[in-house]
Amino acid sequence: MTLPSYAVEAEILESKHVIPGVYQLTVAAKEIARTAQPGQFVQVLIERSFLLLRRPFGVADTDPNKGTLTMFYRLIGKGTRELSKLKAGETVNCLGPLGHGFDLDARQPLLIGGGMGLAPLILLARRFNGKAVVLMGGKNRPEVFWSELFRPLCTEVLVTTNDGSAGVKGFPTDLLPSLLEQGNHDRLFVCGPQIMMEKVSEIASRFSVPCQVSLERHMACGLGACLSCSIDTKSGKRKKVCKDGPVFWVEEVL
Amino acid sequence: MTTATNRLESTLAGIRMKTPVWTASGTFGFGEEFADFVDLAQLGAIVVKGTTLAPRRGNDGVRIAETPAGMLNSIGLENPGVDFFLADILPRITSYGMNLVVNISGSSAEEFGELAARLDVPGVAGIELNVSCPNVKDAGILFGTSATAVASVVRAAKDRTQKPVILKLSPNVTDIVPIAQAAENAGADALSLINTLTGMAIDIHTWRPVLGNITGGLSGPAVKPVALRLVWQTAKAVRIPVIGMGGIRTAEDAIEFFLAGASAVSVGTANFVDPTVTMKIIEGIDTYLEERGLRNIQELIGHLKT
Repeated sequence: MTLPSYAVEAEILESKHVIPGVYQLTVAAKEIARTAQPGQFVQVLIERSFLLLRRPFGVADTDPNKGTLTMFYRLIGKGTRELSKLKAGETVNCLGPLGHGFDLDARQPLLIGGGMGLAPLILLARRFNGKAVVLMGGKNRPEVFWSELFRPLCTEVLVTTNDGSAGVKGFPTDLLPSLLEQGNHDRLFVCGPQIMMEKVSEIASRFSVPCQVSLERHMACGLGACLSCSIDTKSGKRKKVCKDGPVFWVEEVL
Repeated sequence: MTTATNRLESTLAGIRMKTPVWTASGTFGFGEEFADFVDLAQLGAIVVKGTTLAPRRGNDGVRIAETPAGMLNSIGLENPGVDFFLADILPRITSYGMNLVVNISGSSAEEFGELAARLDVPGVAGIELNVSCPNVKDAGILFGTSATAVASVVRAAKDRTQKPVILKLSPNVTDIVPIAQAAENAGADALSLINTLTGMAIDIHTWRPVLGNITGGLSGPAVKPVALRLVWQTAKAVRIPVIGMGGIRTAEDAIEFFLAGASAVSVGTANFVDPTVTMKIIEGIDTYLEERGLRNIQELIGHLKT
């Protein structure tokens, strides 16, 4: 049984320019904030704009008491550019929560994220009540600003950067084998670039650690109707990223 | 939820409708996806995603692109096949009490006939023939642009089913009227139009087409004036009812189509933007009729003053 989704007018409480090209958006959407699970997403409509379709954003964090919902996005196209122009007090229409999120059944979870893929892992870390370890990757020091957001939520925050300007020089997948060798983790949760998820999947299967990944595809409706986001699964059955995912068990999709 | 008054009730090709607002094939799933947002029983009919004899996986690569006031899609008729629909999906969705019209697509007149026969079952209110999908090479497009081929497909379906048969017309033709008339003469119970307009988009950074299939079908507000013109031309030329669609997202849009001669309207792309949009359109049409003192939607249909 999936909980209902809502389409609500959501007032922007804060639109913050975090680092060049990356924004943090917090809106008031109490129905969605109350029920959203880690890994679910919302479809955001910027009304009174020249844009037609909604844009999907992962739920990064919620405050069910205050009824707020936080998302992060990088300026990459027309939609995000329009969104970045909106200020506190203006509204967007939010449809959600949508899709299937992460399975929270883990004793010693390891969260692995690259770039904007770290956003949905924040709420996941929060739900694990301090027992999660996060392993993150970014291009450089500014791009791992996430570490400050995770620090209060995790037992350990491990940082890698491509250029070595913060944490260990390299990628999360460079540190992963030694972490798994210690046998401290019973479940991996991954969100980030396709190449990173593929490498993590390979390492996870080598160490026989169950792993969930969050996928991203172009989509129109987010409800399972338009079939824009169909993917192939290992069984040969087609699945929809919006409705069957965006979170999948890795062996099903990679 | 909306409680439509009987101002909006009518019958189209034997299908009794609470309201003349339908949802277009491929934009509304099997209806159940919208159950959180819509009172499905208030819709005139929902037209199920294009169904084929065998399952189809659809096209690879990017399948949608937003364009000015519209979108391109190249899904490529992904569907689980008619047997799966009948065994697994139909029994599950009949409880919503909606009129279900099944859109079918075949690569020959015989295949259309076979699909029509298999779908001649309780729970199916009608059959819509998709002879104009722009996104598949082996099915549809060739039929939709030829009057003789359209006639043969309509006859093949009519021979094998008792259900009303609706032919969906392609806008990608020089003159729609002879094709519409051929369908009528072959026994079609109604016509629906328009299917999407063939279009494309190019990524100037990569010099590649945006869509995996290179070209796709354009829908959304951008196509509305074209759709309206084609509905008007078609409705004048045939006696069977016309279901008008193309870029409808408000009651005002729908009223334009009724005035142009559509007996019902279908909402497509707008469902992706606002899943509750059909309910707002129904309410808006009802209010319009009430404010104008019109007793029934019939008093609007085809009443364009020229």
